[in-house]
Amino acid sequence: MLTIGLMHYLVVAAVLLCGGIFVMATKRNAIGILMGVELVLNSANVNLIAFDRYLCRAGIDGQILALFVIVLAAAEAAIAVAICVNFYRVLATIDVDRATKLQG
Amino acid sequence: MTQFSVPWTSRKPRFGPFGRLLAAIGKGIYAVATPILPRVALLIFLATLVVTPLLVWACGELFAFTLVAVGEASPAGQPDVEWGAPSTWGLPPAAIGSVLTTRATPAAGLMKYVVWICQFRIVRDLVILGAIFALFCIVPAFAIWWERKVAGRIQSRLGLMRVGGWHGWAQSAADGLKLVLKEDLVPAGADQALFRAAPYFTIIPSLCAFVALPFGLLWVFRELDSALLFILAMLGVEVVGVIVGGWASNNKWSLYGAMREACQMVSYEIPLGMALLVPVICAGTLSLVEIGKQQTGGWFSWLAFTNPFAFAAFVTYFIASLAACKRAPFDLPEAESELVAGFMTEYSGFRWALFFFAEYAAMFVVAALACILFLGGWNSPLPAAWGDSITTVLGSAALARGLKGVLFSGPLWLLFKCGVLLYTQLWVRWTLPRIRIDQVLYACVQVLLPLTMLLVLGTAVWVWVSMSGSAGWEWFARIVNWILGLIGLVFAAGFVVIAVYGFIHRRPLVGYLAMDPLSGA
Amino acid sequence: MGNQEGGTSKPRRGGVSKPRPGGMPKPKAPACCGMGPLAPQRAWRRCACPCHPGAHRRVAAVVLALAVTLAGTGGVAMAAGETAGVVRGEQPGLLEAVLFYLVATGVVISVLGICLSRSVVRMAVWLFVTLGLVALLYFLLAATFLGAIQLIVYVGGTLVLLVFGVMLTSRSPWARYNCRAWELYGAGVVCLVLLVSLCLLLGRAEWVGTQATTPGVPVARIGEVLLSKYVLPFEAAGVLLFIVMVGAAHLARDTKK
Repeated sequence: MLTIGLMHYLVVAAVLLCGGIFVMATKRNAIGILMGVELVLNSANVNLIAFDRYLCRAGIDGQILALFVIVLAAAEAAIAVAICVNFYRVLATIDVDRATKLQG
Repeated sequence: MTQFSVPWTSRKPRFGPFGRLLAAIGKGIYAVATPILPRVALLIFLATLVVTPLLVWACGELFAFTLVAVGEASPAGQPDVEWGAPSTWGLPPAAIGSVLTTRATPAAGLMKYVVWICQFRIVRDLVILGAIFALFCIVPAFAIWWERKVAGRIQSRLGLMRVGGWHGWAQSAADGLKLVLKEDLVPAGADQALFRAAPYFTIIPSLCAFVALPFGLLWVFRELDSALLFILAMLGVEVVGVIVGGWASNNKWSLYGAMREACQMVSYEIPLGMALLVPVICAGTLSLVEIGKQQTGGWFSWLAFTNPFAFAAFVTYFIASLAACKRAPFDLPEAESELVAGFMTEYSGFRWALFFFAEYAAMFVVAALACILFLGGWNSPLPAAWGDSITTVLGSAALARGLKGVLFSGPLWLLFKCGVLLYTQLWVRWTLPRIRIDQVLYACVQVLLPLTMLLVLGTAVWVWVSMSGSAGWEWFARIVNWILGLIGLVFAAGFVVIAVYGFIHRRPLVGYLAMDPLSGA
Repeated sequence: MGNQEGGTSKPRRGGVSKPRPGGMPKPKAPACCGMGPLAPQRAWRRCACPCHPGAHRRVAAVVLALAVTLAGTGGVAMAAGETAGVVRGEQPGLLEAVLFYLVATGVVISVLGICLSRSVVRMAVWLFVTLGLVALLYFLLAATFLGAIQLIVYVGGTLVLLVFGVMLTSRSPWARYNCRAWELYGAGVVCLVLLVSLCLLLGRAEWVGTQATTPGVPVARIGEVLLSKYVLPFEAAGVLLFIVMVGAAHLARDTKK
């Protein structure tokens, strides 16, 4: 209990993951959904770094992979915000339930 | 008009017993202090200025002595008590007392309890954190007073003269007291929780930056391997407090100011970081302590003068740091003539003081970074090799260390250099006019960004060629070093000469404004 | 409007009534709001009773509660007997454990805050807190470089971008889009089931490897590896960022000409 092991960090990452999925599933604001995506990516990062710390002797691969995940998450957030801004311009709302133009 | 709410003036405030006790104590202090304070105020202030560095030095010596003594006293005999000593409930005072008597320390009876309490790392950490917090409070207070004096002198007026007697030295204390006593005002339409929380989002990173900032070779709270990146991260996190404060105020001027502010701070982080990459490439490490260790050879070994690209990077970093701290000429988000007070419009009292303190603390942190990375940090312009003979001349090691600290390397030198850079920031603010937001972004993206990219490229090429080790290049690099160092010397000497000339001839220069303080001040 | 010169005793509609001989009516003090020391500040103005102590007492109560909690936790930890070594800096176990539990609790609370807050700006602030605490987790895992990068890129960059997106796409600051109740409960149940099963599954797995005794990786090593072993992903990430910059600027350009 007092020695922090790998399992502790995995539980934290699981909480972040489930929180992210909940946010992605329930929010109607497009930027809100984007925040859920960020949470999921953060949970993956915590997992990567925890595994790197606890299971790799003199390991660094987990940290490098987490670094790339951070970079890619920032890039994807930029494009997603640009898409949301366009969505707002076309439909004058950011509610994703109103994105019905392609419905048959 | 059907229903009146009870006007607040008709309710009498009722203080509890604790409040009455505090008021009585305050009255007593006031009654005692009023006759004597105007005469001895300046003395107390100067005494504090002298006593504080001595106190800090004494604490440092005590902690170093503690580590040595406890290392000798522990059964394993290991010099470093931090890691690997036996896990008992600390060392008892008796064991420490025996070590002190063998070392013939005076007053061993009392000292053994002091050393006993200092052996616990958490006690040492708390004392150092207290000192850092005190510095964090004092530096903005001093900077605010200095800014108002500098502003006054640049505008051909005297500046602060009244509060406390001598040149208004107590103005910051009086201002702080006033801000704390102001009404706790939160706009009715504002987002209550976020409005209250926003100043803390800004001031906590400012305070955390001091954790990794080294003031001397051993004067750092935590020596981080990537200290520079940590401090940059803290400066970058401050943006969020600004945005949240501006949004939570429910005021369109606050929102405009906050958005402009966020845009400016985030944009200027790029040239800031890239200009900081130049000394990192020259030094080969992100650790500020290591970079400081590489500049111990005197004026010509300072990183700004080793390399023309580093010299240009110093200037670029200074400009980018002005923008990142929202100082003039980049202070559009706070421009009174345009946006009332930007994101701070609705903030008054202590919350406004927190924002203000965070701004001045960030100014100090960026000035300290510039000093450590470009201007030699805590090293004096004299090479450290000249100081190696002091220990043999003086008898006591502690006194030799103190003298070396004053002459060659020590926190006082870092504070002095930070003071010079802080003065330059104040000077620039009150000299240059404000520039528009489109000009701000033009300067960032179309001027500073390509410039810093070229500087990083040039530095990388310079360092790569220097690593090849050809003799011809070494001579060339040395000549360039001398030239740049001489240019720096000319600037510094010119600064001092002009200041002294202006002070000596201040009456003809300023004219009838240079008169004695008003009576009764 | 009635004829006023007639001097009728009919009350006039509109306009002010004549002042009564006793002067202005005294305002009736409203009844006590009954909330005691926990009343919010705006209630103080309405309530005349002295049942609301000043803010300083509220703050003192909160601080006292925090201090008691911390002291209690500290006392329990001290009594556990492992503190001596940690306090002297030998075994980093207990301090790390306390910090980890604090940060992990903070992460859980802020994730709940994101999930349950109704306004997007509140969600952004909770996300800021979450990302900051995750950076603290990275520092606890001895990945200081990653922690600093997380703060610079995620908190100082991505979060600010998200907030700008919120500001650019909001009709009104108080607009709330709430999902239907069955969606909320369904998603909540699914996520809880996922969480519990993940924890059970991970708890049963046998991880092959060593425990955390290695010191943290120096930054120089990360730089070396990025330019030797991972140079292809490094360069590819650079190209990708360039494409993203151009693409985002193009997508978000002003189309009104």
